Amino acid sequence: MATRKLLFVIRALPYKTEASRLALTHAISSQSVEIYLKDGDLVEASVAFIGDGVMNCLKNQQAMKHYGITSIEGHMKNTLLLDMKVMVCKEDLDRFGIREEALLMDAGDIGGETNTQIVPYSEIQKEMQSVDHLLFC
Amino acid sequence: MGKLTIGCFSSLVGSLSLDFAVKLSDAAVKKGHSVDLWLSGNATTLAKKGQKAFKDYSHLAKPLQELLATGKFRITACEACSAARGFHKEDIMEDVKSHSMDWYLASTFEADRVLHIGGD
Repeated sequence: MATRKLLFVIRALPYKTEASRLALTHAISSQSVEIYLKDGDLVEASVAFIGDGVMNCLKNQQAMKHYGITSIEGHMKNTLLLDMKVMVCKEDLDRFGIREEALLMDAGDIGGETNTQIVPYSEIQKEMQSVDHLLFC
Repeated sequence: MGKLTIGCFSSLVGSLSLDFAVKLSDAAVKKGHSVDLWLSGNATTLAKKGQKAFKDYSHLAKPLQELLATGKFRITACEACSAARGFHKEDIMEDVKSHSMDWYLASTFEADRVLHIGGD
């Protein structure tokens, strides 16, 4: 029995490329990875948004209205619903002048109990050091 | 010998990230390591059969076939990402597998190193 920890570090802007969406969908897929593993083995994914990537965390995204596709906000909500750790870099939010009120901080409306964590970059670095594999997107 | 898992989101033509991933896979296999290459997003274009070689564009079908023949290299394309781009299992090169994203995460479980190329 073992657990491998992965951290998806999202630096890509939302909607400009597919990278941030794919990072979230890959992280969410950790929920069904057991079908490929031995009994008791797990892959645990967490997500950190840094640099331009913090823009993915804005709430009230209108992707369906403008692009006809699901929003990245919706994927973020699913990660919170699944109790995955979601961190957003405080310094990068400050650089863009983005306040907490503008961010998706929870998925309470769909039954989620985990909140987005706004943390200094040093905390994200600690998380990077604690995981088995880093995946930059 | 170790196991390397490489994941890539970048397209076959339009970026050289896949060229790098294939060259790195080749170097690792030649050193005796095994490699899993996961293709997601635009990178799934690498899995499509019928690629024609032009001197102006990357052509990775031949090195892929050589790598697959070693038995130490596996390549898998995201099933949904491929289907969204209009190609399905019958359009994919022989010996290239097609799975959902959790296959990639499972591959990282036993990997000694994971290299994820998630940009462009």
